[in-house]
Amino acid sequence: MRYLPLTDDDRRAMLDVIGAASVDDLFRDVPRAAWNAANPDLPDHAGEIEVERALAAIARKNLDCGAAPCFLGAGAYRHHTPAALDYLIQRGEFLTAYTPYQPEVSQGTLQTLFEFQTQVALITGMDVANASMYDGATACAEAAAMAARITKRKRILVSGSVHPHYASVTATQLQFTGLEVEVLPPDPLAMEDLLGRVDEDLACLIVQTPGFFGHLRDVTGLADALHEMGALLVVAVAEPLSLGLITPPGAMGADIVVAEGQSMATPPSFGGPGVGLFATRSKYVRQMPGRLCGETVDVDGRRGYVLTLSTREQHIRREKATSNICTNSGLIALAFSIHMTLLGEAGFTRLAEINHARAVDLAGRLGQIKGVRVLPPTFFNEFAVTLPKPAAEVVEALAARGILGGVPVSRFHPTYPELVEVMLVAATEMNTDADVDALVDALKEIL
Amino acid sequence: MVDTITGNQALQIEQPLIFEQNEPGRTAVDLPAPTVQEDRLGTLRRKTPVGLPGLSEPQVVRHYTRLSQKNYGIDSVFYPLGSCTMKHNPRLNEKMARLPGFADIHPFQPDSTVQGALELMDTLAHWLKELTGMPAVALSPAAGAHGELCGLMAIRAALEARGDARKVVLVPESAHGTNPATAATCGYEVESIPGDGNGRVSLAGLKDKLGPHVAAFMITNPNTCGLFEGEIVEISQAVHDAGALVYMDGANYNAIMGRVKVADLGIDAMHINLHKTFSTPHGGGGPGSGPTVLSDALAPFAPLPFVVHGPDGFRMVEHARDAGEGQQPFGRMKGFHGQFGVFVRALSYMMSMGKDGLAQASGDAVLNANYLHARLKGSLSASYEGPVMHEALFDDRFLKDTGVSTLDFAKAMIDEGFHPMTMYFPLVVHGALLMEPTETESKQTLDAFCDTLLALADKARAGDAADWFKSAPRHTPRRRLDEAQAARKPVLRWSPPSEG
Repeated sequence: MRYLPLTDDDRRAMLDVIGAASVDDLFRDVPRAAWNAANPDLPDHAGEIEVERALAAIARKNLDCGAAPCFLGAGAYRHHTPAALDYLIQRGEFLTAYTPYQPEVSQGTLQTLFEFQTQVALITGMDVANASMYDGATACAEAAAMAARITKRKRILVSGSVHPHYASVTATQLQFTGLEVEVLPPDPLAMEDLLGRVDEDLACLIVQTPGFFGHLRDVTGLADALHEMGALLVVAVAEPLSLGLITPPGAMGADIVVAEGQSMATPPSFGGPGVGLFATRSKYVRQMPGRLCGETVDVDGRRGYVLTLSTREQHIRREKATSNICTNSGLIALAFSIHMTLLGEAGFTRLAEINHARAVDLAGRLGQIKGVRVLPPTFFNEFAVTLPKPAAEVVEALAARGILGGVPVSRFHPTYPELVEVMLVAATEMNTDADVDALVDALKEIL
Repeated sequence: MVDTITGNQALQIEQPLIFEQNEPGRTAVDLPAPTVQEDRLGTLRRKTPVGLPGLSEPQVVRHYTRLSQKNYGIDSVFYPLGSCTMKHNPRLNEKMARLPGFADIHPFQPDSTVQGALELMDTLAHWLKELTGMPAVALSPAAGAHGELCGLMAIRAALEARGDARKVVLVPESAHGTNPATAATCGYEVESIPGDGNGRVSLAGLKDKLGPHVAAFMITNPNTCGLFEGEIVEISQAVHDAGALVYMDGANYNAIMGRVKVADLGIDAMHINLHKTFSTPHGGGGPGSGPTVLSDALAPFAPLPFVVHGPDGFRMVEHARDAGEGQQPFGRMKGFHGQFGVFVRALSYMMSMGKDGLAQASGDAVLNANYLHARLKGSLSASYEGPVMHEALFDDRFLKDTGVSTLDFAKAMIDEGFHPMTMYFPLVVHGALLMEPTETESKQTLDAFCDTLLALADKARAGDAADWFKSAPRHTPRRRLDEAQAARKPVLRWSPPSEG
């Protein structure tokens, strides 16, 4: 077996040194009732050719986004990634290293984390960022818990602009902590009254911009009102590329910013793994969850990096830790960071402009189709449209024509009749003029 | 001290931060100018620069290549970190995860266009259920600690469903810190269970603590001392007799995969660190994946989403109302559908190894650990008698009166070309050195490692070597770093010089 170096001779020689009769003998502490009783209904080992054939056959049963005009978003976005990116993250010294607990032999990972933290702070407009979380949804839950720790209050309010997965993960993760999570109904028209719900019991309000339905929101007034009441503003960002073009949450008074970094790091991969971005203000850094990389010096006085403030973490604090997270999303954070480095200021802002221009064009084209209405007056690269038919049926009809045309909102909110005909449509630099024509023509036929 | 003019040491090149290589306007991508048209940004167009540095592609490639050379990884060195299962990461897994039909599919495509993805998740679930003998598995948790949370939330949901409000979770003193942290996240008080003096849970100590207030007992098995909890069946029975449930931490599942049917141990839930046990690279800290197998008592409470097979093929269930009769999912743990890219890698590994290979792997992992234990115990101080399971635990008695600490000893190993073992964990022995070789190391590597450790131990005991150990490592890109300064005055990001 190709991954196992020991030979039978090795095994015999090693058993002699150990003084055991057999490998099975080393398992003598295992209760006989559970010993090898499995005899699982599974195949024996296979060579690379067989495994490749079998998995490629499964992969071929999927319609991949490269083989179809694709306008899907709703929190996962498809962007071009430069060839250098995938090569660099597959360098074995990055790929096969553990968490950098031994800083002398982990300066590569540590310096990239320090650069990642800085990039995340820059794009969000915040002071500091951590070394990543699992994903945007779990980062959102961690932000709510952090706000409760800071304010010593129990009530969390989640706007209807927030991605429904972020909202439900937050509600799930906090359901047994004694905190109250109130999730407002979906808000396709950005009409909800948030100011009127801010009071002195509130730990934080979580809003998303660009919102789930596409709207851009100036949260400055909300931030002021929340701060007046001693509460915090958490801003979620599902498409970090938007921060290349729109005012960042940090410039609008956000206290914590969480984001899903997938779009700038890795192909959608059916939704995982992604990477959670988490940024806050300096004064809250000791209440932050997750790992942090900090600068220091070595015994020769040379600049270097270490994991720091670990007294917040579970291996020191156990049940009093700020979070139970241990493994996070290091490699995807590295991919995010490399992509941001490749883009730089010029590339990041231009890519954002291209995405917006593509979406504006698409919105104009779709808005001319009879019965189709673009909902949000402002948006980045994704917006909701209302259709004259149930969106789920339209999406299936488009798929039958080989077009991945959008995401029906009913997939997330099956109990809201007023959302049945609402579909989310995203456009990125990956979409060509021909893609847009194909979608518009197909919709005209279907509707 | 480095004696070169540049501070470089041949292949080790000093590398400034990307922000210190900035030339405004420079970029490593060529993008067309966007078509100018009226924007839909309202008043929210960004008014200030982001502040990202500009580098060209050759600079970027060199930057990250040089930084990579400052890392130890499994590809380059023996990495015997206890409880971390640092086994070889086959490149076939990477190749498979990058197939367009897996990498380039969107989580919200209609089910009809992702039947392969759903089939892959269903197949993975089949493997995990067959291997463990457990009736259900929740695939969505993102890592080990997230899987623990999944298991404890299912336990809490099951207890609440029967109107049983219990307040306490029991955790052995040798447990990993995530166990008590997870129990606290689930709203439980944590009480510690003492050991039996031989590295295992004290059954009598556990029985003393059990009662109607106890919701669950979390037990790591094989445990963090590298030992199998031989009384696990009795432990599970005692916990169930008290009306509580058993969470088994599967961090060390590598020792028993394909050999032990954990369902027969009487447990109710166990997470599997799919990334480490099934060979996905650790990536310098993730991503992971923590599928959690569940007993019949907990299966109805499994979180959303999950895959079902119906008359029209596979279907993703994303809402409680579609979950089927009797199902009461406790919620959703993660955005989208879980760590799909890790699922592909794990299944690629499982298919490569097969049931015979997985059993051979756990056998070789245990054999390798016992070999280290046997070769080192005469010189280093083994904390417990063997046989051990996947890892061998030593403590610092062998360094008594040498002036050399566990940390010093580990740092000296770095200069000899080995990644250190896990240090100072578990907390139940003094100055712990926990070594997990895994099955993917050859006898030659293990012998070289043992020869080195025995020589280092001799050197420590010979006297007058304390300064030599304390000044290690000397041949690394950086020597020991001042962690106290990093924590006292945290510098967590680069700032432009003008901002100080």
